[in-house]
Formats: sequence, structure tokens, C-alpha cells
Amino acid sequence: MKILVCVSQVPDTTTKITFTPDNKSLNTAGVQFIINPYDELGITKALELNEQTGGGTVTVITIGGVDTEPNIRKALAMGADDAVRIDAEPTDAFFVAQQIANYAASQNFDLIFTGRESIDYNGGQVGGMIAELMNLPHVNVITAITVNGNTGTVERDIDGGREVVEVTTPFLVSAQKDLCEPRIPNMRGIMTARTKPLQVIAANGSEKRTEVAQFQAPAPKSGVKFIDPNNMDELVSLLHNEAKVL
Amino acid sequence: MRTDNFEAPDYYLLDELLTDEHKLIRDSVRAWVKKEISPIIEDYAQRAEFPRHIIKGLGEIGAFGPALPAEYGCGGMDQITYGLIMQELERCDSGIRSTASVQGSLVMYPIYKYGSEEQRKKYLPKLASGEWMGCFGLTEPDHGSNPGGMTTNYKDMGDHYLLNGAKMWISNAPFADIAVVWAKNEEGRIKGIIVERGMEGFSTPETHNKWSLRASATGELVFDNVKVPKENLLPNIEGLKGPLGCLDSARFGIAWGVVGAAMDCYDSALKYSLQREQFGKPIASFQLQQKKLAEMVTEITKMQLLVWRLGTLKNDDRASTAQISMAKRNNVEKAMWIAREARQIHGGMGITGEYPIMRHMMNLESVVTYEGTHDIHLLITGMDITGISAFR
Ligand SMILES: Cc1cc2nc3c(=O)[nH]c(=O)nc-3n(C[C@H](O)[C@H](O)[C@H](O)COP(=O)(O)OP(=O)(O)OC[C@H]3O[C@@H](n4cnc5c(N)ncnc54)[C@H](O)[C@@H]3O)c2cc1C
Ligand SMILES: Cc1cc2nc3c(=O)[nH]c(=O)nc-3n(C[C@H](O)[C@H](O)[C@H](O)COP(=O)(O)OP(=O)(O)OC[C@H]3O[C@@H](n4cnc5c(N)ncnc54)[C@H](O)[C@@H]3O)c2cc1C
Repeated sequence: MKILVCVSQVPDTTTKITFTPDNKSLNTAGVQFIINPYDELGITKALELNEQTGGGTVTVITIGGVDTEPNIRKALAMGADDAVRIDAEPTDAFFVAQQIANYAASQNFDLIFTGRESIDYNGGQVGGMIAELMNLPHVNVITAITVNGNTGTVERDIDGGREVVEVTTPFLVSAQKDLCEPRIPNMRGIMTARTKPLQVIAANGSEKRTEVAQFQAPAPKSGVKFIDPNNMDELVSLLHNEAKVL
Repeated sequence: MRTDNFEAPDYYLLDELLTDEHKLIRDSVRAWVKKEISPIIEDYAQRAEFPRHIIKGLGEIGAFGPALPAEYGCGGMDQITYGLIMQELERCDSGIRSTASVQGSLVMYPIYKYGSEEQRKKYLPKLASGEWMGCFGLTEPDHGSNPGGMTTNYKDMGDHYLLNGAKMWISNAPFADIAVVWAKNEEGRIKGIIVERGMEGFSTPETHNKWSLRASATGELVFDNVKVPKENLLPNIEGLKGPLGCLDSARFGIAWGVVGAAMDCYDSALKYSLQREQFGKPIASFQLQQKKLAEMVTEITKMQLLVWRLGTLKNDDRASTAQISMAKRNNVEKAMWIAREARQIHGGMGITGEYPIMRHMMNLESVVTYEGTHDIHLLITGMDITGISAFR
């Protein structure tokens, strides 16, 4: 199969998040960026699907600046065949989706992976938008996938059970944890990644539909309060006056 | 065993001195170690067993001879890459790093450096993948710091060599497929010879009851009239400089490796000190604990700088034996000190297998002795700066 995996980069999960003085962007000083963990699952699953049938290609695409290239190389080291970087600041989900849809339109991919969401901004929008722009079937938050000929069988966890969906190629899915174990690049992969093609393309159009007005850090968590089981009045009063949930 | 949440200290932003590829390899090895080795290492160390099932993975991640050329199935990477891989393995356990050091620096390196083209082609690809494992036989029961006094020897029998003698304290010996053995010829000159498991008269009894490097297998090599084919002699080296050249490469890896052990002890101590409360506050708020932690991270930063610089020199083929000795000696000593301080910060918990500290501490007792003892490395520096040898 010819598979496209959309890869975004996100701050490492241990990052202590702070914002720039105007509160409009993340303070990236000293922040390590990693591949969005759900996208690592997409890359891995794409490779596994092709390994099972013994053919096909896996292309990764990122909308981002040159600073995303180390993570693109990592995706190539994991085993992707080639990569595309659309050179633009990815600050708006519609913009990102449109860039990807534009690129993919001429490429005849059988299958497109996104992550269920980016773990930084958690928009969860890009996948659905690409599918809509390309008029593709879209199954989101998937935990298993097999493809037989033109038929994909996809599983999703739903409340209290599991849904099995059949869908015809080409289609788009978004990866959820449990889809697979993310692959760790090995030495051979890292060596071959050096010479794999990484194509840089200028962005097409610049329409952004959202603008961040402000970021706010969550209020610091207060400590646990222990209340004597015989003192229900105090509990009610705290829930009412302090937690303001009653 | 608790989940491995290790985070590396980088106080002087030394990551900026590394290439993207260095970081990719280091982070990949770190992720692989966390997934494959951290969950099992305590158990194997307690049982004094080497986890043989990880060998294939070690080969794939590039732990065996990463700096040797790609045409022999190796990584073709630079010396800093080799150092970083050793750091990440020893961050988990010195025994695992020892297995990789021996394979890469003491078995593959001499075959590459001193071997014939046929020997390189026959052995290196299989050693790089871990399909074959090797060991390095230099030390003997009566010749440790003074290997030049060795008595293991071979005689030219016309169509083969006849090898006799015994080696002791040999890492990987119990399961190794081949051994690079240093022995004297009839003229008393030291030569390297490749002995293969299965050759008649060759046995490898395991050394038991170690309190250190418990997750690494150590044994003897016993040669009782072993017939070795002539093509197994390493043609391109003679004299003590053969084994010493290998040791330069391995000691370089140790200098990096122990940075890993030190970082693991520090990271664990820092986290523990922030969680553990006594007298109503985290023990990290007491000055005595802060002194320990601050001094630890200072020493780690110095260790990191030392090996990084040594790595750049080695990349240019300019690192001298004496410079490598200095880094090995300094870094092992500091790692041992850090392990002991970290042990105390963990209080009673520090002696249990819940935390890696005591294991690192005991492991480092071997690391300070093998590949040239602490004293011998000091004497190498002494000789280098005065021009006078004080060890003979
Ligand atoms: C204010 C702001 C500043 C940002 N600054 C930066 C920055 O400096 N550098 C940077 O790299 N990113 C930056 N981002 C981008 C961010 O990391 C996301 O990639 C992007 O905003 C989409 O976010 P989302 O949460 O809506 O994506 P979601 O819809 O949650 O993402 C779902 C999936 O869509 C795909 N996807 C999302 N984004 C991309 C992308 N860029 N390229 C390819 N596939 C993608 C992935 O498969 C992802 O798993 C910024 C975003 C915002 C809102
Ligand atoms: C776990 C483990 C694994 C090992 N793996 C290998 C291996 O794979 N291959 C291999 O060949 N060897 C291996 N060794 C052996 C190791 O290299 C030797 O133990 C080391 O060289 C020291 O030799 P020794 O034990 O005989 O000590 P000795 O040489 O007897 O030294 C004892 C003490 O005397 C001191 N001393 C000796 N000479 C002098 C001097 N001239 N001046 C001042 N002080 C001196 C030493 O510093 C030391 O403190 C291993 C050892 C251990 C513990």
C-alpha cells in the first residue's frame, strides 16, 4: 500500500510549560521536541501493514519549520521511505489540514494516518478536516487495523465495548494508544535515514481560521484535605464555598 | 522494579555540542534500554545471570562495534556515538555495558585492526549482529596488572598451533563463541589468536559468587593442548601494544559508560529527596542533602565535559593512552563517589533492589579494577608527566 503518515512535533512530555510574556505562544527555550506519540503509532502501524504484505511505501509529512527535521529524520530512521516537509508555521488546524490535503490530492495514497490528537494543543481536528477536504472516509481513534485488498477492517474502543468498522480504500484513520508498540529506531535505520529523500515544499495559500488570543497555565493544584467522616457539615461547606461544585 | 523514569542531567547544555544524529542514537538506545532492560535488570542481577535474550537487540541497536566500518556490518559512526551508547547501557547496568565493551572494543576492534581481510569478513558481521559473541583473554591468575608476564603460550606444529595456559576474570567467557586470546610464541613475543568454542581442549568454567557485575557472566579460559588453525592468528600485531591498543578503545568507552551510572544515581537521588519527607518537609530542603546533590551534578558536568573533549580528540585520532587513562580513572572514581552519596540520600531504601543505587555501587567496584586498576592509571599519568615509570 501507498501510505501517508501525518507527523507533528510536540514538546517532550516532561517539559515544564511556560509562555512568552504576551501569553500568546509557548516559550520554546530549552524545550525538547518529540514526534507526537500518536503519530509514532501511525508510522509503526503503517510499516507493519506493509511488512505483512511485503510491499508498498510509507511517506511522512510534516507542516513545520526546519526545526522539525531532526524528528522527520527519526521517522525515516524508524523505517519510513521518504518525507515531505511543508515549510510553514503550523499554528492553525485548518491550515495544516489544507496543506496536507493539497499535497496528498495528487499522490493516490491508499491510506492516511493521523494521530487522534497532538498532545500539545490537543485539537483533534486535523484528521477530520483532511478527510473532509479530500472527501475520504474517516475512522477516528482506532486501536486495530487490517487491510485486505481494498477493504480495511478497523476497530475502535467505544463505551463498554468495541466497534468493528469496514471501509474501502482510500481512507483516513487516526491512531489511538494500543494500536501497536511504537518502534524504536535501530542502528541500520539511523544509517539509512541519512540518504532517504526529504522534500521541502513551500506552503500553498496562507488562510488561517483561528488565532490564539491567550494561553493560561492551569491554577496550581491544592493539596488533599482530610475531613473527619463524622463532620459532614464541613465537607458540604467546603464543596459549596471552596470547590464551588455544590 | 519500578518504571524507569530516568531523566538525564545536562547542566551545561552539552546537548548543543552533539549532532542531531548523536542525539537520535542516544535517545533511541535510552528508549530501548528503558523498554527491554530496565524492567528485568534487577532480577537478573539478583540471580547473578546475564540476560542472554537481549543480545540480538543489543546488536540491532548498534551496541557492538558502532564505530567500525559499515562494510563489515558495523555502524560506521564516530567515537562520540560509541561513547554515548556505552553511557546509555551503563546508565542501566555496568554489566550490560561490559558485555558490549568487550564485544566491540576487545574482540571486534583487534580483529578489525590487527586481523586479515578474511578474518574481518568471517567474524565482524556476525559479531556486529550478536549472532556470535566474543571474549578477550589477557588476564591470568598470576598476571593481572602485569600482563607482559603472561605464561599462556603456543607452539608452531607445522600445520597448526598448539595452545596451552589459562586466563582468568574473562567477561562473556561462559557463553562466548570465540575468544581473542593473547599468548606468547616460542620466541616469547605476545601475539593474538582467535580460539573458537568447540575446539578440543578448550573450556570456559564460570566464576561464581561475585558481588559485582552480577548481570555479566565472567569465567576462565582453559587451554589444554588446543589445536588452533594457523589462519586464526592475528597477523598484523606483535607485542604488548596489541592488547593495550584494544584497552585504549575499551577504556574510552568506560569513561563514557560510568557517566551513565553516575547520572542514574543522581537522578534517582534527586527525585527521592524531593519526595521523601522527614521532620515535615522533603529531605531535599536540608542543606546537607543539597550539598550532596549540588556536588554530584557538578562532578557529572565535569565528567561529561571530559569525555566529550576526549571524544573529539579520538575522532581526530589524537587521544593519547595517557589522556584516556586520566578520563577512565577520574570518571570511575567520581561515579563511585556519587553512587555512595546517592546511596545515603536514599536512606535504608538505598540498599534495596527497589532502587538501582547499590547495584551501580557494587558494579563500579569491578569497573575501577578492570581495564587497568585505579592505581595503574594514576601511574600512567605520573609516567606521562615525569617521564619516569613507577610501576616496574
Ligand atoms: C499557537 C500555536 C503555536 C504553534 N507553534 C508551533 C511551533 O512553533 N512549531 C511546531 O512544530 N508546531 C507548532 N504548533 C503546531 C502544533 O504542534 C500542531 O501541530 C498544530 O497546531 C495542530 O494542532 P492540533 O492540536 O489541532 O492537531 P490535532 O488535530 O490534534 O492533530 C491530530 C493529528 O494531525 C496531524 N498533524 C497535526 N499537526 C500537524 C503538522 N504540523 N504537520 C503534520 N501533521 C500534523 C498529526 O497526525 C496529529 O496527530 C503550534 C500550534 C499552535 C496552536
Ligand atoms: C568482573 C571482572 C571482569 C573482567 N573482565 C576481564 C576480561 O574480559 N578480560 C581480561 O583479560 N581481564 C578481565 N578482568 C581482569 C582485570 O583486568 C584485572 O582484574 C585487573 O587488570 C587487575 O588485575 P588483578 O586482579 O590481578 O590485580 P593485581 O594486578 O594483583 O592488583 C592488585 C592491587 O595491586 C595494585 N598494583 C599492582 N601492581 C602495582 C604497581 N606496579 N604499583 C602500584 N600498585 C600496583 C593494583 O592497583 C591493585 O590495587 C576482569 C576483572 C573483573 C573483576
